[in-house]
Amino acid sequence: MDSSTSLYEQLGGEAAVNAAVDVFYRKVLADDRISRFFDDADMDRQIARQKGFLTMAFGGPAAYTGKDLRTGHARLAALGLNDSHFDAVVELLGQSLAELSLPPALIARVAAIAESTRTDVLNR
Amino acid sequence: MPEIRYQERLYPVAPGQSVLDALLTAGVEAAHSCKTGVCGACMMQATSGTVPERARYGLKDSWQRQGYFLPCVCLPDSDLTIARADGAATCAASIGAVERLSPDVVRVRLVCDTALESRAGQYVSLVLGGKLARCYSIAGISEERELELHVRRVPGGQMSGWLHDEAQPGDRAEITGPYGDCFYVAGQPEQPLLLAGTGTGLAPLYGVIRDALRQGHTGPIHLFHGAATEGGLYLVNELRQMAETHTNFEYTPAVLQKDGPIENVLLARLPRLSGWRAFVCGGPAAVQVLRKKIFLAGAASRDIYADAFLRR
Repeated sequence: MDSSTSLYEQLGGEAAVNAAVDVFYRKVLADDRISRFFDDADMDRQIARQKGFLTMAFGGPAAYTGKDLRTGHARLAALGLNDSHFDAVVELLGQSLAELSLPPALIARVAAIAESTRTDVLNR
Repeated sequence: MPEIRYQERLYPVAPGQSVLDALLTAGVEAAHSCKTGVCGACMMQATSGTVPERARYGLKDSWQRQGYFLPCVCLPDSDLTIARADGAATCAASIGAVERLSPDVVRVRLVCDTALESRAGQYVSLVLGGKLARCYSIAGISEERELELHVRRVPGGQMSGWLHDEAQPGDRAEITGPYGDCFYVAGQPEQPLLLAGTGTGLAPLYGVIRDALRQGHTGPIHLFHGAATEGGLYLVNELRQMAETHTNFEYTPAVLQKDGPIENVLLARLPRLSGWRAFVCGGPAAVQVLRKKIFLAGAASRDIYADAFLRR
């Protein structure tokens, strides 16, 4: 694989984010383990947040810092957000990308980036 | 070098520079976050000029139609006039006819002094005496600068009470707006359309349906209108008649106390919604549930247009 091409470009950039966001968010909302954490009244805002998350996980230009992830999830930590919920999100992310027929090697790299946010998201 | 006109001032845009960066460089405090066309925080509206395709990519059709774009990824080829995304016009208007549609809903026709660039399904704020203001959806627009609103009587409500009991043709008012993205966009005449709402949430849906039919929409158009009791349903005869005239239009009224929640009625009839475009209007709680169920039934998020009525 050409090492000069970024992961984000290999995945297909913004078009890939737009294709993945509905598939991923639909799985999240339908999953009883975690849907309550995503119960925001404003679906447009939720979709924008999921796009931000996917862009970051795809190795794209990140709008979030570790601090953003901490403050953004602090309220959810108070609602009992823990490792099992984080695992569920990573699992659904992998399933979504597999459904979109992305190569397993790239999916693994996305999962690794998502994994790297665990301590910030869980506010540890 | 293209120039940007924003709030009565001109800003040059250097080659390779984005509109957002041009504004920020000049010291304009423009809201922004990701600067990569993802988050939407910097969205603005172009009132004249051509916005490159890239800066509109991924935005809902009805937003694009209103000139919305993302300045952070907009490298303009020519001059643009832009405004903050919430820019709205004000115009003076007169009350036209007021007509009772049901025991607690009246149809109010408003005649604007000047043409208001608006679409059926959007909403306006009606302002009385410069102080009292309430938002109403546009159920229809006629060529004579006339807007149709549906107003439900709110117990103790000042504006709805006035419109129901006192307003006379010729009474003066002001309108600001229009607002909202809940309207029909031509271009996919075969796409199936789903419209669902409760109470006077019918108003914008009724506007969207007639606009779609007028523009020659050929795909199925399915309206679900719910009200707690039989008496809360209105325009029933008109809608039944429309369904007879237009074979692609189907109307399902639902009495919620008897038939259950509107989303159940809808999903029982249309369990799979991928490929559908949906319009959802009514109270905030009903809208939130409806749009989520419609999304989970397969409609794409960018194809779901919602307008939640907030009470003040």
